[in-house]
Amino acid sequence: MAAGAAALAALVALSACGAKTDAGGTSDKAVQADTSGDTVKVGLLNSLSGTMAISEVTVRDSLKLAIDEINASGGVLGKKIEPISEDGASDWPTFAEKAQKLIREDRVAATFGCWTSASRKAVKPVFEKNKSLLFYPVQYEGLEESPYIFYTGATTNQQIVPALDYLKSEGKKKIYLVGSDYVFPRTANKEIKAYAKANGMTVLGEDYAPLGSTEFSTIANKVKASKADAVFNTLNGDSNVAFFKEYKSAGLTATSMPVVSVSIAEEEVKSIGSQYLAGQLTAWNYYQTTAGAANTKFVKAYKAKYGQDKPTSDPMEAAYTSVYLWKAMVEKAKSFDPEKVRAASDGITFDAPEGKVTVDGASQHIYKTARIGRIGTDGLIKQVWDSGKPIKPDPYLKGYDWASGLS
Amino acid sequence: MTVILGQMFTGVSIGAVLLLIALGLSLTFGQMNVINMAHGEFIMAGAYTTYVLQKSLSGAGISLIVALPVAFLVSGALGALLEWLLIRRLYLRPLDTLLVTWGVSLMLQQLARDMFGAPNVQTRAPDLLTGNITVIGGDDPLTFANSRLFILGLAIAAVVALSLTLRLTPLGRRIRAVVQNRDLAEVSGISTSRVDRTAFFIGSGLAGVAGVALTLVGPIGPTMGTNVIIDAFLVIVVGGIGQLKGSVIVAFVLGVLQSVLEYSTTVSVAKVLVLVAIVAFLQWRPQGLYTLRTRSLV
Repeated sequence: MAAGAAALAALVALSACGAKTDAGGTSDKAVQADTSGDTVKVGLLNSLSGTMAISEVTVRDSLKLAIDEINASGGVLGKKIEPISEDGASDWPTFAEKAQKLIREDRVAATFGCWTSASRKAVKPVFEKNKSLLFYPVQYEGLEESPYIFYTGATTNQQIVPALDYLKSEGKKKIYLVGSDYVFPRTANKEIKAYAKANGMTVLGEDYAPLGSTEFSTIANKVKASKADAVFNTLNGDSNVAFFKEYKSAGLTATSMPVVSVSIAEEEVKSIGSQYLAGQLTAWNYYQTTAGAANTKFVKAYKAKYGQDKPTSDPMEAAYTSVYLWKAMVEKAKSFDPEKVRAASDGITFDAPEGKVTVDGASQHIYKTARIGRIGTDGLIKQVWDSGKPIKPDPYLKGYDWASGLS
Repeated sequence: MTVILGQMFTGVSIGAVLLLIALGLSLTFGQMNVINMAHGEFIMAGAYTTYVLQKSLSGAGISLIVALPVAFLVSGALGALLEWLLIRRLYLRPLDTLLVTWGVSLMLQQLARDMFGAPNVQTRAPDLLTGNITVIGGDDPLTFANSRLFILGLAIAAVVALSLTLRLTPLGRRIRAVVQNRDLAEVSGISTSRVDRTAFFIGSGLAGVAGVALTLVGPIGPTMGTNVIIDAFLVIVVGGIGQLKGSVIVAFVLGVLQSVLEYSTTVSVAKVLVLVAIVAFLQWRPQGLYTLRTRSLV
């Protein structure tokens, strides 16, 4: 009886939605954001459970921090931001479903989130079809542009290429590639191999483990036997825990064979344990230790809100920045309408914790400074190299001859 | 050469992990015919027990040592509770145990999520277990990871303990009697319901011990049980249901096969090839490596 009532209620709710949003989802008509009240809704779409939660929960926290700050200073166009948080559960179809729900049922003005490229690829058609905006805060493999996505993390030429330049300058000529078996590592490794070929480096081996995999003894053996100069690590999520435990067990160290990781930031270092990671390298655009007043303020505010032992990381910073960039775009456009916001985006700047960032309206990526860091025994990452100035985003690597065959 | 030896060791160590996760199941599924889908969650309970103990006890080494018996008791108690609440009503309907325990496994996963949060957690391994020992020195040294040796030792100890319990103790004789002929055991004065519960306690407790071992290899999370339960069932089915000997052999064979294939192909391809090999084997011998029609139980 109760079940029947619940089903009936669900049916009524569904048909009510249908009345205003065409819940069938077949229409290409854009769903207008609901801005009739004192608030404007935005979607937060992150994995709060599953293998990626280790990373994505921190992004959600940092998005909430930015939203709180903006609300405290008066909101956007006089409206308070109301975040609607959804759990993508480290499962790509779930991401697509939740994106659809945020856009069509909650009628959000913009959505912030996603981490893995697989989740981004899963939601991309949803945002494009509904003509709604996604702000994506994580470094990725490039080779993508979408009119409805703003990429506030690094693209290839702002992270992977500088990391390879750094290895080359350190005389590391033989490298081994280890990654999770999905789109980001496979594409990134394609780019790395093209780079290596053009720059006199040798790729000795390439191994992938399923996302979430925790059995790395064979891969560690292969890496060890290869006698490479360095390992380029594109593993995502907590597979890194198992990988670095096994790496140390195999007797490999940061001195004998350094690992450059592009998906491990302060939060992951903390939970993997710095005893496994001390001395290893990372490539990002931001570290908790990055100098500057904007970062001091960000780190202080984050720790005050979430606890003194909580570190800040690159994707968290990019997520935080993305909310401010959206605010600046909306204010310039004087509208929440995605098309007007997009049109207003070119040249928007923000004094972000990582330094000044500027939106490149053509590619909808942003100018970012590349930084290589070394993980310390205290779990913090110290910068050992930076690009000196923000690098113009080049998602399709058009500025590099060796990348001409990639697509 | 050392690469091959190192890889053989890896295979054996993967086998040891497989054996540990399958061992408890060999008792509850193999001997008692209960398809316990919640077995993976008992492994998870053991892993979280290690995590909780490490939070409250100083010293990773101490907490690991304490975790072994405590995880055995915690998971064993959960198993005995499950048996008393649900499974004892279902001994005549083995297929229904699958659905019931699957439901229980989902509930336990949610419980873990509520208690410990959705993100996975990690434990620190004792310093002694993070290094390795050099077996062959020289330019191309052969090293064995200490944590893997520990897991191997643990698996061997657990097999020996279970095997001796089944062979030599009065409880073991009663378990075997109940498995062979429940009615005859009952009329001989054996309390079959008590034997069932004790057997379930031991089988589930062994899952807890496996959970402790898994914390040395990877992260601890609410879904870690679902990641290992299939492997555990494969080991039991291929080994021959009710055959401890079969489980032991198959665990190591699959471990070595997996590691050899992983080395020569990739992790994903190796997983597929192992599954294909298992399917082919079961076509040839549907009853598993050791047949059911034997009086020998251990």
